[in-house]
Order: sequence, then structure tokens, then C-alpha cells
Amino acid sequence: MKTQNQRAWFFVLPVLLLVAFNALIPMMTVVNYSVQETFGNNVFFWEGVRWFEELLNSERFHAALGRQFLFTGIILAIEVPLGIAIALAMPRSGPWVPVCLVLMALPMLIPWNVVGAMWNIFALPDIGLLGYFMNTTLGIDYDMTQNPFAAWATIITMDVWHWTSLVVLLSYAGLVSIPDAYYQAAKIDGASNWSVFRYIQLPKMKQVLTIAILLRFMDSFNIYTEVFVMTGGGPGNSTTFLSIDLVKIALGQFDLGPAAAMSLIYFAITLLVSWLFYTLMTKDDAK
Amino acid sequence: MAKITLSDLKHSYDPNPKGPADYALKEIDLEWSDGGAYALLGPSGCGKSTLLNIISGLLTPSNGRILFDDKDVTALPPNQRNIAQVFQFPVIYDTMSVYDNLAFPLRNRGVDEATVNTRVMAIAEMLEVTDMMGKKAAGLSPDNKQKISMGRGLVRDDVNVVMFDEPLTVIDPHLKWKLRSKLKELHQKVRATMIYVTHDQTEALTFADQVVVMQEGEIVQIGTPVELFERPAHTFVGHFIGSPGMNVLPCELREGAAFFEDNLITLEGAIEQGSGAAEIGVRPEFVKLGDAGLPAIVHKVSDVGRHAVVEAKVGDTSVKAVIEGEVPMQGSATHLSFDPTKTRLYRDGWIATRAGT
Repeated sequence: MKTQNQRAWFFVLPVLLLVAFNALIPMMTVVNYSVQETFGNNVFFWEGVRWFEELLNSERFHAALGRQFLFTGIILAIEVPLGIAIALAMPRSGPWVPVCLVLMALPMLIPWNVVGAMWNIFALPDIGLLGYFMNTTLGIDYDMTQNPFAAWATIITMDVWHWTSLVVLLSYAGLVSIPDAYYQAAKIDGASNWSVFRYIQLPKMKQVLTIAILLRFMDSFNIYTEVFVMTGGGPGNSTTFLSIDLVKIALGQFDLGPAAAMSLIYFAITLLVSWLFYTLMTKDDAK
Repeated sequence: MAKITLSDLKHSYDPNPKGPADYALKEIDLEWSDGGAYALLGPSGCGKSTLLNIISGLLTPSNGRILFDDKDVTALPPNQRNIAQVFQFPVIYDTMSVYDNLAFPLRNRGVDEATVNTRVMAIAEMLEVTDMMGKKAAGLSPDNKQKISMGRGLVRDDVNVVMFDEPLTVIDPHLKWKLRSKLKELHQKVRATMIYVTHDQTEALTFADQVVVMQEGEIVQIGTPVELFERPAHTFVGHFIGSPGMNVLPCELREGAAFFEDNLITLEGAIEQGSGAAEIGVRPEFVKLGDAGLPAIVHKVSDVGRHAVVEAKVGDTSVKAVIEGEVPMQGSATHLSFDPTKTRLYRDGWIATRAGT
């Protein structure tokens, strides 16, 4: 006979409470705002799906979304291959392993806003090392407060500097877990270096790479702090990514309703892309 | 296919070896003829995998030479030696199908697709994996994966030698037997020189025509399974092969005769001159219980199925005997007799009697 009782609820309850307070309740307040209009003082007017309709048809949103996808696409296209290449070049054993690992981990230990401030100063045309070098020594007109291309290039370089290590460390973990016998067998089978990469290293790294890409996608898609510190979304709107735009709407214009609607759509897009990517990557494993 | 000669082979993992203790392989001189089935048998850490990696070219020996058909291959990398190796854990290319896995070594060598197809299908037939050719190799069971990695070794018809490094370690016991007989069958069909490394005596003795027993980087005996069983050249071989292993009994030498617990023991022949601790070796299979011989007390009886292993005490030393038929009672008194033609003297572990003299 199986004993049936409700005791299991007591084990689930603490988690349920925690999740409620850190996710469900805040999320529901946002849902609440997204269908109403308020001018403060706790006075609300029902608006239905108006904010959603307006947002989805707004050119400003489309532009920010486009910039966001472009940015994420570029940094993934750089960081993933670069990270794999660095991981492949790292020694597999010996005294240099800890040195390499610590050097790799360093950029990730620096707080986001500090990274932003560092690169901001670094890029200043008159006193920043990079800015001064570009303008004076190389003679390139480089000023990220004036030139959108310079702003993009700086933000992308900053992100590559900050986050490639994550891809490196995860790929490296995948690489060192490959038993020597695989390399020996490949040697005996006469496999080329490319074949070793294509049929041994890449398949063995697939799972960690999936996680790395997923993390980099979510993080870069939600990038805010560094960009806020470095360009504040400018020059013009050229680096106004979704999160920057969201904060402008919510805190700059104090349009809480539209900002709430945007938050929900923003969240839905991040969730949808992550889910699609993860499902596609793990489809074969389930079989 | 080739004859393999190892001459004066030594290897140390230490770049500056100081003494014999630093050598994983102490001194190996060996000749294996074309098309034979050989086994390297020894406990873990005896240097057999080192020797295998040297033959395959994954390791370069500190000293000595390797010849394939009188051609010196010591300096050649693995892919130029034309060898195949099957590893302890099955190595398969996860993302490829079974067919592509088997075809991989051929395609890497630029063999045309028609030949690849004939060879792959022939090997698949032999291994009985034809029905899974289109499947992804990642989803196979360990024994099938190991079959595929064997197949990758056998698919080339020009291999000098196929080596197996404890290939049955991860295979379920009831499948081990099947794979083992498959391997034997393959050897008869392909007639390639095969070297099988293992610490399992059953695997070595059933697979090989000739077994090389190793201990601490040295070869202690080379022989057919029967030779190893009947006349171990070293107490280690006697102990390592056989279940239970050979009885190794301390003895005294007086006037050219051996005494065990003050009883004269008749040996197979004359004792060679020499010094060192003397021991008598006799396999439990050649110890008889009866009314005459060494007085002993039956200490323990274990029935292992077809026969029983009786452990009897002569003085303080226990002697094992394999008995078929009626088994004595525990604690009862009995007498032990050794078959003189199978009883030998060992000095410092090495055999020190000459048969029939």
C-alpha cells in the first residue's frame, strides 16, 4: 500500500514562496502596469492592449530591436570562434595552465560599470590611451561621442574583451575532458588536424558551447550598464539598445504603461530565442 | 602484415633515468612472426601498455629499435606505420554514422569510394553490424561501439599489425565471451598479426597462440598457453596464471635434494648450481590427496563447481590441491603427494631444475 499524504507540499512551499517574491509577483505588477495608464498617485486607467499595439507598430522600437540583434549577432560571431581558437591554443597540462586560466578569468571579475568607465576613459580622444593613439599616432578620426561607427566599434571591442573568456573557459573545460585515446585513435586513423577538430573536438564541445552561446546571447541581448556608462545610447540614438531605450521610456519619460508592455515583449523575445536555440541544439541528444 | 622485431627496447618516462627503477620497460628483445595472434599479459603497471604504445608509435622508446619486416620504424609516427589499435574505452566518432566511422581510415588515405564501400561492407558483414550501418554511432551500446572501433582497425587490408589494449574492459561479462570468440574468428579470417594486451589470463590464453608474460617492465616468460601452465619459468607466471595459482613452498636444500618441512621432495630433474632463496613450485592440479606422502590437515574446502579446491596445512604452510570427485572433511588428516614430473625448484623466482635429468 502506498501511503498518501500532503507532506510533500511542505518541501515545495519554501521554493514556491521564494520564486513568488523574486519573480512571479514583480512580473505580475509589470503585467498590471502594461494594460493601464497612470500619472502617479496610484491612479490607474484601463487601456487594454493599446500599449502593446503601439509598441509593435513603433519605428523607434523596431530600430532599437534591430540594433540589439545586430549587436548580439556581431559579438557572438566574434566571441565564439575566437573563444574556441584561444581554448585550442591553451596548454592542456603543465605549469602554464593555472596562469592561463587566471589571466582568462580576470576580465570577468571586473564589475560591469567599472568596465564601462575604464573603456570610456581609455577611448577619450584627448587623454585616453586608445583615443590618443588612434587620433595622434595613426591619424584616424576616432571619437565615440561623435562618430556612431567609433561608438559601435568601441562597445563591441569592450564586450569581446570582457566576455570572450567565458567562451574560452567553457570550451577549454570541454576540450580537457576528451580522453587521450581519441587523439591517438585519430592519429592512427590518419585524420588531419581539421578532421580531429570537426569530428572529435567540436562534437565533444557541443554541450558546453551550447551553454556558452546561450549565456552570451542572454547577456548581450540584455546589455545595459557598460553602454550606459560609455555612450548613454549615443551619439544620437546609434547605440540605443533595447534596455537603454526601455530605461529612457520608463524613467526618462515616466511612461510606465508602455515601458511595462515593452518589458514583457523584450522578455518574451529573449525567452523565445533562447528556447528555440536550446531546443535545436539538444534535439539530437534526446534520440 | 608483417613480422615484428623489438630489439634492445628500453623506455623511461623520466628524461634522466638514474637506475633500473626509473624504467617502465627494462629490456625487451622479441620477435613476432607474421600473422600470429599474440598476447601481452601482466598486472596493471607492468609496462604492457607502454610497450604497445611504442609499437604503435604513440611513444618513442628511450633506447632500442622496432622493425616491421626488417624495416626500421622507430622514428615513424603512427599514421606512417600502417597499424591499427583498439583502445580500452571504445573510440568512435559520435557525429558520424556507423558506415562513416568504418570508412573514416580509408577516406583519410584517399581510397576511392567504390573500394571504400566494398571494404566497409565486407568488414560489417564479418562483425555482424550490417543492420546498423545508417545509424549514428553515438547511440550504440558499448559492445557495438567496441566492435566498430575494431572494425576501423580491420578495414584497411594493408595493416602491419592490429593491437588491442584491454578491449573488453567496459563490456558486460556475458558479451565478453561473444566478442572474444568473434575476435578469434576474425583473426582466422583476416590473418593479420594481432597483439592483445590484457591483465586477464582467460582473455590472453583463449586469444593467443603465444603469450608474453610481463612483470615490472620485464618479460618473464614467452610461451604457448600450455607451456605457461605446465612449466612456468618464474614463480610469478605460476602464480599469475591458473586459478588458484601455483603453490610456492619454502624449502631447504641439502646435498642436492629439496626438503619441504623436513620431507624429501622428488623434483622433475637435477637442480642447477646457483644461490638464492629456494622454493618449490607445484600447481594445485598436480597435488594428490591420499594415504601416502606428506602428512597434512585439511584446513579449508571450497567447491568451485566442476572441482573442489582443498587447502591443507603441512606444518604451518598451506598447500592447495584441486580435487575432482570425493572431497575430504574439513579438519581431517590426510597425506599429500606431488607429481614429480610437474614439481620444480625455483631460485629467486626463476626455475632451477632441468626436466628429465
